Amino acid sequence: MSKLPTEEAKRLYWRANLKWLAILLSIWAFVSYGCGILFVNFLDQFKLPGTNLNLGFWFAQQGSIYCFLILIVIYARVMNRLDEELLAGTGADADS
Amino acid sequence: MDVTTWTYIFVGLSFAIYIGIAIWSRAGNTGDFYVASGGVPKIANGMATAADWMSAASFISMAGIISTMGRDGAVYLMGWTGGYVLLALLLAPYLRRFGKFTVPDFIGDRYNSSTARVVAVFCAIFISFTYVAGQMRGTGVVFSRFLEVDVNTGVIIGMVVVLFYAVLGGMKGITYTQVAQYCVLIFAYLVPAIFISIMLTGNPVPQLGLASDAAGESIGLVQKLDGLSTELGFKEYSTGHKSLIDVLAITLALMVGTAGLPHVIVRFYTVKKVSDARKSAFWALLFIAILYTTAPAIAVFARTNLLNTVSEATYKTIPSWFKKWENSGLIAWVDKNADGKITYNGSGDAFQKHPSKTKVEPVFVTNDKVNEKGFSGERILLNEPSENSNELYVDPDIMVLANPEIAKLPGWVIGLVAAGGLAAALSTAAGLLLVISTSIAHDLVKRTLNPSISDKAELLLARISAGVAVLVAGYFGIHPPGFVAEVVAFAFGFAASSFFPAIVLGIFTKRINRFGAVSGMIVGITFTALYIWYFSFGIFGHKGVPADYLFGISPQGIGTIGMLLNFAIAITVSYLTPRPPKHIEDLVESIRLPRAAFGKVDSGPSDH
Repeated sequence: MSKLPTEEAKRLYWRANLKWLAILLSIWAFVSYGCGILFVNFLDQFKLPGTNLNLGFWFAQQGSIYCFLILIVIYARVMNRLDEELLAGTGADADS
Repeated sequence: MDVTTWTYIFVGLSFAIYIGIAIWSRAGNTGDFYVASGGVPKIANGMATAADWMSAASFISMAGIISTMGRDGAVYLMGWTGGYVLLALLLAPYLRRFGKFTVPDFIGDRYNSSTARVVAVFCAIFISFTYVAGQMRGTGVVFSRFLEVDVNTGVIIGMVVVLFYAVLGGMKGITYTQVAQYCVLIFAYLVPAIFISIMLTGNPVPQLGLASDAAGESIGLVQKLDGLSTELGFKEYSTGHKSLIDVLAITLALMVGTAGLPHVIVRFYTVKKVSDARKSAFWALLFIAILYTTAPAIAVFARTNLLNTVSEATYKTIPSWFKKWENSGLIAWVDKNADGKITYNGSGDAFQKHPSKTKVEPVFVTNDKVNEKGFSGERILLNEPSENSNELYVDPDIMVLANPEIAKLPGWVIGLVAAGGLAAALSTAAGLLLVISTSIAHDLVKRTLNPSISDKAELLLARISAGVAVLVAGYFGIHPPGFVAEVVAFAFGFAASSFFPAIVLGIFTKRINRFGAVSGMIVGITFTALYIWYFSFGIFGHKGVPADYLFGISPQGIGTIGMLLNFAIAITVSYLTPRPPKHIEDLVESIRLPRAAFGKVDSGPSDH
């Protein structure tokens, strides 16, 4: 390995990590506690497009779970990219 | 072939596969035994995590509970899946990078304290035993219901199988067995759901069937069920009936508890790299979501079928499944108006609690040779009938267990469900037993009492601990303390109020020290345990009633308050006491960033 990341690069990496955590966990809370619990009665006046199923009920029992999956995919991609950027030029294996 | 033959074939075949895998993948050293030497491919690890996580309760009971709770059942669906987001984002990658074997390893090292490690070991063993006893019981129940053997014989058969592959194979054996068990259980769960979905909605995908219109009608299936329910005096299915704060608290407690369960966390120690741990969390949740998005569909299908089949049906001409499950005590009928027809409505429980039981469940009259029968041929109850007009008792478990029969599916589907239920129970039991044996051999002996123990002796000790743990779990399975079922749900509260705050604070702050972490864990788990104990069993003869709930939060959701208490105390105490030493701050720094940023390579979990 040629050189290690600077202290500044490490600081920025951690800040970017925290920023993404805040964004993704806000969406997590919004779809589950928001759409699935707090606003569920409001959403129930709409239907899941193309069906006769209440939208709030769908979020509570199905939709939130699909959103959780998408959140984890985004997280894995973002973090693996951040790892690579931090280590670019150091010659180290970005995966570890 | 009849149902029993099919059941023997499926159960026998699946057990042979599990044992074959155990022999093929037996562990050679402690690294194999504890974390499969960190060498499990990420998709296989995802499947194993899913099987590890989905217990007998997820497989047998969840859909039934949802079908009686209606929309409020979402607390389980969201609670038990949403926790994976927390696990994937806040815990798994950091703990994997830390690179030791267990949760107490992390807590002991991060807080630089044997006390913290021992408290964590105690919490891990406590959580695991409450959970594993329920699994052994579940194994016995599946055996007794499908193969008509005694529950205790069923528990013993389950013990022997788990003992064999957990003791021999350790984490390596368990992981590959769990991959097979996942395939068995998901197949067994989906096949009846697909058949019934086609029957009721014409759509072969159960997840879409839930949103579809009832077959041949232009009304949504859920709307139709709402109509059926209100007509019979039940609450509307698609609206909520629990208090808002309780729904919030239970969901949060289950989510955080999921993220804090030691047997789930340890699964992320078994992959090769941190990037694999992140992807493995996705695969795990995907495999779990396949079952968890099918469950609400099964709940609606089974409820619709049940109401259509039994309401106002004449007992003498009822389909045979009804009498079969009446024989195993999951259904009971008391003909209050003596018309020979089953009146099933939402006016309340069909009968009162029997003095020998802790909740409303049927107690039948039996004599030496045959069960005494009532006027229509039904089993006679010792319970006093209640005042209302409802005549039927239905155990929620029936929604999954009897679903194939209610829908008139062929015998092999029913045998498949039995094998699936056993796969779910055994895979979870094995994962928990491993946590217990690791806690004792590694955390307690190797890291605390006798650090100079050789790898070979430690491996032997781990195997002996696993063996003893199976015996203890089997004992509780045969002699359930009467509250196993409730306690399993509470294991989440304990995990939420002990591990989760200690781990998250340990990663995301450098200021939290050993005093804060230890006092937080002790206060959190003690508060949660006492609250649950008070409302479930009473303290000094006083038993709480729902009117006394703190902020209206039921014992299931109290882990949320326990967790908040833990956070508050850990932070307050830490700021009143000295900073952790420099090498601890360096440790925290090192798990936040890729190891290569420090010029190190990731060599997998190890002892050093």
